[in-house]
Amino acid sequence: MIKSLKFWIIALVAIWIGNLFIADNMNPYFFSILMYAGINVTLAVSLNLVNGFTGQFSMGHAGFMSIGGYVAAYISTTWTGTHPDWIADPFLSNILFVFNMLLGGFAAAGVGYLVGLPSLRLKGDYLAIVTLGFGEIIRVFILNIDAIGGARGMPNIPPFTSFGWVFTLLLVTVFTIWRLVRSSEGRKFMSVREDEIAAEAMGVNTTATKVKAFVIGAFFAGTAGALFAHYLRYLNPQTFDFNRSFEVIIMVVLGGMGSISGSVFAAFFLTFVREALRPLQELTQLDFRMIIYSLMLIVLMLTRPNGIFGTRELTDVISLLKKKRSTS
Amino acid sequence: MTELIQHLINGLSLGSIYALIALGYTMVFGILQLINFAHGDVYMLGAFIGMYFARVTGAAENPSVFNLLATLLVAMVGCALAGFLIERFAYRPLRRAPRINVLITAVGVSLFLEFAGQLGFGSDPKFFPQVYQPTVDWSMGDIKINPLQVIVFAISIVLMAGLQFLIFKTRTGRAMRAASFNHDLASLMGIPTDRVISLTFMAGSALAGAAGVLVGMIYPKIEPLMGVMPGLKAFVSAVLGGIGNITGAVVGAITLGLAEEFLVGYWAPTFRDALAFGLLILILLFKPTGLFGVHKSEKV
Repeated sequence: MIKSLKFWIIALVAIWIGNLFIADNMNPYFFSILMYAGINVTLAVSLNLVNGFTGQFSMGHAGFMSIGGYVAAYISTTWTGTHPDWIADPFLSNILFVFNMLLGGFAAAGVGYLVGLPSLRLKGDYLAIVTLGFGEIIRVFILNIDAIGGARGMPNIPPFTSFGWVFTLLLVTVFTIWRLVRSSEGRKFMSVREDEIAAEAMGVNTTATKVKAFVIGAFFAGTAGALFAHYLRYLNPQTFDFNRSFEVIIMVVLGGMGSISGSVFAAFFLTFVREALRPLQELTQLDFRMIIYSLMLIVLMLTRPNGIFGTRELTDVISLLKKKRSTS
Repeated sequence: MTELIQHLINGLSLGSIYALIALGYTMVFGILQLINFAHGDVYMLGAFIGMYFARVTGAAENPSVFNLLATLLVAMVGCALAGFLIERFAYRPLRRAPRINVLITAVGVSLFLEFAGQLGFGSDPKFFPQVYQPTVDWSMGDIKINPLQVIVFAISIVLMAGLQFLIFKTRTGRAMRAASFNHDLASLMGIPTDRVISLTFMAGSALAGAAGVLVGMIYPKIEPLMGVMPGLKAFVSAVLGGIGNITGAVVGAITLGLAEEFLVGYWAPTFRDALAFGLLILILLFKPTGLFGVHKSEKV
C-alpha cells in the first residue's frame, strides 16, 4: 500500500516544503498565474469526470464553483468578523479554512445532487442545455441574495489560500479521480460513456452512476471555488457566468475527454496562454480570448476531436516509450 | 379583465417571435437530430444586418412599408447565407462523427458568433432604427395595442404559412421530409441530401433573421448577446411542442410566450428566465416527446 502511494506522498511533502519559500521568492505576477493555474486544474479534472469519463456533457461547472466559493467565503467573513484573532493565527486560520473549504464542497455537492437527479435522466444535447440553464439560474439566485452582496459582490474575504492548499487540493482531486476511474466502481462511469443501453443491460444503474459522477465533480468544483474566493478575496456573480464554465470545458476538450493528464496539461497551458494574450488585449481594447477559444474548439473538433491526449495518460506514454527502448 | 387581455396580447406577440426562432431549431433537429446552438446567434445576426441595411440605405429616415419589407428581406437573405456557411464549414464535415463532437462544435460556433459580434459590432447596445412608423392607433379603451405588435404577429403568421407551403406543397419540401424520415434511404432514392440539408438550414436561418428584425422593431435595443436567452427559450418551445414537429414548435412557442407573460404579470417577475428551464426539465421528465412528437424507441 505504501508503495502505491509513494508518488502521492512525496508530491504532498514537496508541495508543503515549497509552500515555505515559494511565495516570497517568486515574482508575484507569475505566482498569481501559478495559483490560478492550480485552481483551474482542479476544475478541469473534476469536470473531466463528468464530461470525459462519464460522457455527460455538463455546461454548468461555474455554478457549482460559485456555490462553494460563496458558502466558504460567507462563513469565513462572518466568523473572522467576530473572531478577528483567527485571521493571523496560522493554526486556527488553516483549520477554519479547511473546514470552510469542505463545507463549500459539500454545499456544491448537495446542489449538484438536486440538479443532477432530474436532469441526468436526459441525454446529450438536452443535458447540456439544462446544465447551462441551471448554471445561469444559480447565478441569478446569488445576484438576488442581499446577505452575500448581490450584484455588488462580496469584498474583504480573509486571505487564507496559500500555495500549499491550492496544490494540495489539486493533488487530492487528481488522486481521487485517478484512483476512482481505475476501480470497478469507476469502470461504471466509462461503461455509461461507451454505451448506456449495454451498461444498463449489464446491471449498471446508469442514472445513479451519472449522478455520482456529477456530485463528485460538483464537490471538487465547490472546493476550487473556495480556494478562488480566499485567493482573490472578492467575489462577484459576474465572475461565474457562462464564460467561466466554457473556459473549463475548453480545457477538458483540448486536453482530451477522458484523460486526467490532458486536463492538467491543458489547464496549465490555457492559463498561461490567457496571460500571454493580455498585452494584445490591452493594446487593442478587444477581448480576443473567447474568439480564439471558440475557434479552437471548432478546429479541434474538425481535425482532432480527441484532444491532445485522447483517453491516454502520461503514464501510458511513458510505459510505451520504455517498451520501445527495451525492444530496440 | 383589461389586464388579462393586455397580457394575452403581449404574450401572443412574444410567442410569435419565439415561434419564428423555434421553427429553425425544429427543422434542423428534424433533419439532422442536431441542436443547432448557434441558431439564437443567427437571430442576433439578423437584427444587426437589418440595422446596418436601414442605416446605409437611409431607410431609417423615411419609414415606410416598403422599407420594412426591404429590411426584412435583406436580413433574411443575409441570415440564410450565414446558415449556409455554418452548415457547410462546421457541421457538414462532422456528418458521421459522434454526436457529442457535433454538439461541442455547435457550442463553439455559437460562442464564435457572439464574440465575433462583440468585436465587429461593439459590445454596447445599439439602437434599431424605426423602419416603419405606424400611423393608426388600435388601442381599445384601456387595452394598449401597439400596432407594431399586430404587424409583427401578422408577418410571423405569413412567414409560417410560407414555411408550411414550402414543406408540404413543393418538391423541395418533400425532399426535406424524406431526408428527415431516413437519411440514407432518401439519398438512395436520388435525393441530394447534402443540398436538402443546406436548404433546411437556410430556411430556418432566414426565419431567425426575420425574427431579429421584428424584435428590433418592438424592442429597439440590440446587442451581440441578445440571441442567447431567446435562443434557449425557442429551443424549450420546440421541445415543448415535440422537437422535429413544425406545428408543435409554433404551439409550444405561443404557450411559452403566454406562460412567461402571465408569470411576470401575476406572480414572480424575477423568475422569468427560470420558468423556461423549469418547464424544459418537467417536459423532458414526464413527456419527453412533447405535445405533438412521436415516440421513437432507441435501438441498440
